[in-house]
Amino acid sequence: MSVGSRTAQIESARLRAGPLQVAGTVLSIKRVGDYHHLTMVAAGIAERTQPGSFVALAVGGAHSAMLLRRAFSIYRVRSSGVYGGTVEIVFATLGKGTEALSRLRPNDPIDVLGPLGRPFALPKQAVPCVLVGGGYGSAPLFGLAERLRDRHCQVHMVLGAATASRLFGALEAKRAAQSVLVTTEDGSVGIRGRVTDALPDLIDRTAAQVVYSCGPMGMLAAVTEVALAHGAWSQTAVEESMACGVGVCMTCVLPVIGDDGVTRMVRSCVEGPVFRGERVRWDAVGTVPVDTLGAPRGGRHG
Amino acid sequence: MTMLEASGVDLTTSVAGATLPNPVMTASGCAASGRELHQFFDVADLGAVVTKSIMLDPRSGRPIPRMAETPSGMLNSIGLQGPGIDAFLATDLPWLLQHRARPVVSIAGSSLGEYAELARRVGNDPGVTAVEVNISCPNVENRGLVFACDPYQAAKVVSVVCRETPRGVPVLAKLSPDVTSIVDIASSVMEAGASGLTLINTLLGLAIDPGTMRPVLAGVTGGLSGPAIRPVALRAVWQVHEAMPDVSIVGVGGIRTGRDALEFMLAGACAVQVGTVIFNDPSAPIRIVHELADELAARGFAKAADAVGLAHLARSGRP
Repeated sequence: MSVGSRTAQIESARLRAGPLQVAGTVLSIKRVGDYHHLTMVAAGIAERTQPGSFVALAVGGAHSAMLLRRAFSIYRVRSSGVYGGTVEIVFATLGKGTEALSRLRPNDPIDVLGPLGRPFALPKQAVPCVLVGGGYGSAPLFGLAERLRDRHCQVHMVLGAATASRLFGALEAKRAAQSVLVTTEDGSVGIRGRVTDALPDLIDRTAAQVVYSCGPMGMLAAVTEVALAHGAWSQTAVEESMACGVGVCMTCVLPVIGDDGVTRMVRSCVEGPVFRGERVRWDAVGTVPVDTLGAPRGGRHG
Repeated sequence: MTMLEASGVDLTTSVAGATLPNPVMTASGCAASGRELHQFFDVADLGAVVTKSIMLDPRSGRPIPRMAETPSGMLNSIGLQGPGIDAFLATDLPWLLQHRARPVVSIAGSSLGEYAELARRVGNDPGVTAVEVNISCPNVENRGLVFACDPYQAAKVVSVVCRETPRGVPVLAKLSPDVTSIVDIASSVMEAGASGLTLINTLLGLAIDPGTMRPVLAGVTGGLSGPAIRPVALRAVWQVHEAMPDVSIVGVGGIRTGRDALEFMLAGACAVQVGTVIFNDPSAPIRIVHELADELAARGFAKAADAVGLAHLARSGRP
């Protein structure tokens, strides 16, 4: 085989799988409660997207002073249509980057990288599943619900937030799931309390085998504990701050236990964002546990 | 070859005796070991791939937060997380060679003995284009002081590495800008046997979160990189080239476009590295190869090598 055709083969293999970097454009941006719902035209990403994968967006143009990409779970994709393939995300304005993204207007250019990361694992059998979303963490659960229903799994949803305006998708959840529970910490809508207050009974009642969750770290830790205590698997999509989204910057690491029982600092962008809940050392997030592979002796690297 | 056809410019460059098809490399710590970026472009199309610094043993790195965005840059405090030399030689280096990349292997030690062993093992692996010595590491045998900041310690590391590296494998010393005179450090590591220099590593910086009123990074201080440091890097290249015009310099610091790369070549760099901008644009290294070719062509250069150090000549009135 000539070098040329081998190169062509490698080239086409690269184009078939893996993430794309797409010069996209904004199709629409809308306020939804306290959040922004951004729809982008970005050809090719929809076809590769699986529930739980994410996109990393560049902020500003080619000379932006904000260099780091912002990562967002994919809410919805459409592979074709009037505008070509679209990708949708939901986000809160938490800093300068998300504020800049919230000022985008239709037809603005946006550099989209995706789909990235490992998606949710789907059950092989048609088992009942509970999907738990905290705040806009519910966004990736709707695509997941669709895939689970395709597999004839029963889908039950729990959406929680501090207050009503920080819930996302409560109406859509009614279409997506057999049952929906809503919790707010201030009681402004649904059950007053947290998702984990409603979860034990729901798992028992539905005989759920898998609990999927996406939201803040503390919620994921608590959901995992409840799921395991009630005999269900836990699949968690973490939200960790990232710089690149593709596995080269090493800033989004978490202590995660591997198949061999060894804890490693793993990149949540490429080995996650979805992890089996019992594998993440939730209480040690933000530290390097002493038994981590390559952990510094005496607490600090020399 | 495609470059030659596209722009008519011969991008070939020689770095301390190693011939590269073009002057653009990745910067250490910004491209892992090349595999992730191969999803976006062919790693063989770069001048070289500089690996994340390899240490002797596996290393977990520091706790998060490890990164803070700053104006036109970022601070990082990763703590040299990596798989260790055994896993690197077994997996990462063969992958790079299989994909016809030219690997420049960055090594980092915490003692002279570690640098020696790393140099021996990396240098003797056939296919290594060059060794880059990351000397911005704390020396556990010398009160944790960073090798790079002391001309004597910096020279000792480089001399140990050169002694253990086979002839024909260039040794590039990567220098820190956090010194009083980078020219002094440069001349002492060149005397110690370095084949060339990589200028510059990150600058030490700090960010404080006004919300928590604490440093943002778990490691407190971090290395500043990105376009914010480009003028500092360019100044370092300029000063060292002026003092030692025959020394091969690889320029690195905030390069975002082909124009930026050209600035470094005009200041005296025979090659450049693209680092932090990869986090913004994973295709940046290959984009910059093309942009640099266009910038050179637009100025009538037939060869990239002709641009090296030209800014110095123009100043003294020579061609």
